[in-house]
Amino acid sequence: MSAALSRVPVAAEIIRRTQESPSVFTLGLRLCDPAQHSAYRFMPGQFNMLYLYGVGEIPISIVSDPDRDDELEHTIRVVGRVTRGFDALKVGDRIGIRGPFGRGWPLEQVRGKDLLLLTGGLGCAPLVSVINYVTQRRAEFGRIAILQGVKHMDDLIWRDRYDQWAALPDTQVLLAADVAGASWSWHVGLVTELIDQVAFDLNNAHVMVCGPEPMMLASIRKLCDSGVDEKHIWLSMERNMQCALGQCGHCQIGPHFVCKDGPVFCYPEIRERLGVKGF
Amino acid sequence: MTTLGFLARENLDRLLTALRASGYRCVGPMVLDGAIQYCDLPNAQSLPSGCRDSQAPGRYRLDHTDTSRQFAWANGPQAIKPFLFAPRETLWCVERDAREALTFKTVSPESQALAVIGVRACDLAALRLQDAHFLQGLNRDVQYAARREGMFLVAVNCTHPAATCFCVSTGDGPEVPEATGTNAGCDLILDELDDGFILHSASERGASVAGQLELAPVTPEQQTVVAQQRQQARAVQKRSLPARDLRPMLDKRLEHPRWVEVAGRCLSCGNCTSVCPTCFCYSEQEQPLLDGSGSTHARVWDSCFTQGHSYIHGITIRADTRLRYRQWLTHKLAAWHDQYGRSGCVGCGRCISWCPVGIDITEEVAALAASPT
Repeated sequence: MSAALSRVPVAAEIIRRTQESPSVFTLGLRLCDPAQHSAYRFMPGQFNMLYLYGVGEIPISIVSDPDRDDELEHTIRVVGRVTRGFDALKVGDRIGIRGPFGRGWPLEQVRGKDLLLLTGGLGCAPLVSVINYVTQRRAEFGRIAILQGVKHMDDLIWRDRYDQWAALPDTQVLLAADVAGASWSWHVGLVTELIDQVAFDLNNAHVMVCGPEPMMLASIRKLCDSGVDEKHIWLSMERNMQCALGQCGHCQIGPHFVCKDGPVFCYPEIRERLGVKGF
Repeated sequence: MTTLGFLARENLDRLLTALRASGYRCVGPMVLDGAIQYCDLPNAQSLPSGCRDSQAPGRYRLDHTDTSRQFAWANGPQAIKPFLFAPRETLWCVERDAREALTFKTVSPESQALAVIGVRACDLAALRLQDAHFLQGLNRDVQYAARREGMFLVAVNCTHPAATCFCVSTGDGPEVPEATGTNAGCDLILDELDDGFILHSASERGASVAGQLELAPVTPEQQTVVAQQRQQARAVQKRSLPARDLRPMLDKRLEHPRWVEVAGRCLSCGNCTSVCPTCFCYSEQEQPLLDGSGSTHARVWDSCFTQGHSYIHGITIRADTRLRYRQWLTHKLAAWHDQYGRSGCVGCGRCISWCPVGIDITEEVAALAASPT
């Protein structure tokens, strides 16, 4: 990350916009300066601060493959002032971008290992980045299980991608919805209830988790009961972030600055404060 | 640290003159709005001569006494913090042209070198913590760094701690710790006597500025007075924290009933974080131009006592005062050790005096420590 890109945004153009669901969309971005675009490097799990002109910045994880040089993809859910503004933008519009920030997924550490990729909630972009990464490099990893839970079956986005992933060798895809209709052929209930169906021994697997904190806590309990080494559980955390430089103080969880020490943490690193209301 | 000599009180202006001749803008303590505050200092006569501060939980008053001393007080609401970590400043700006192209521009801070007169030992300790936060690590803060590099610090050893002070227990005062070479974190250290000051140099440039002054040799009697008043400044402090590292104690008391009790008194106003010399939180704000041609992006001091501090997409992590007070205290006294190798409290007592309801950090810690649950 160059110093300029870390403190002051640079202009980026929206070159593609995809509506993923009624409230989720993906922006494909290209930095306006071609030299800056080609020099830009990131790892899955890292994020950018995206700037809406005249309104402000928000942290958004990067979901595209780090080896793609045509565009940087960010999947965004409409929740607030800035995301509503991004939702109204069109191809050709300009925004600001600075980054990438933070510590991403431990890809070197999990290379060759069996992987359980566990997500809950809408979009879950931080984990999608790593699913894309490992499925694109399928031979470099062991067996893979992708478990995704949503509240309502209509919240599930990227259905065709799940089909593509499920067609890969030694790759298991299991979906769950708390609320589902007759057309839902998957599990009705919580995603944690699917952990028992993973087709490989979890004792040596690495698990990457992203979702609402109650879901992550329930997952950790279930995983530890299932024999997963707690040092092999990786979590992507979210907090208020304004500077992304470890200075503004908003993203702290106990001693950790989520923006620079995370957003991906190894479970024992944050166990003391995780699930304690107020941290 | 090298003792240089004695400067008579009537010659203190010569120090200001020497600093100005070296290019510094001088700021120092003056009485403003009923409190001691650091302002542009026109001359030594503007210092708060004869002023005494009376501090207690929720109370700060200035009294006038007959003493000729100009530093016979503990502190005011400010430390050095606002001069380095500005309460409000622009970080960058963006222009939008007719084709809606965006051009981002860095905004450089003004960087006239500043000399601060009358800095306290507790404030130097706080400055080291702010330096660690803003300058060390991957992300050096350019605005802070630009101001810090030029800053000249004239410390005055504290002879009159307030009733709210507890720097002895945190190890940060009342005198600037004896240090060798340039480690004192300031340039000159003064011990105030009735008729003048004993000067010590703590850096090369401090020695160079002091070299322009005519100093008398320090007498054994003066040395005796300095030793006595240093001893006295320690002895008068009645407040304390029970240990330098309160992590083990606080970690076991995250659900202690005292948090509920203190939340019943705390107004969540954020005064404590505003006057704290180590608190570093800030929020970023956008100020678009009315004609749509551009926007500036600024940062302003923020506080962990605000509703917005912990907000993420529809969730407020710390929705009530109990969680905010606990965040502040456990960050200050526990998490800071992991982040910066020591407590974030320097014992200045400002949060006690400037709390509108008089919440006393030492009393809260004692209450927490007194019972395990």
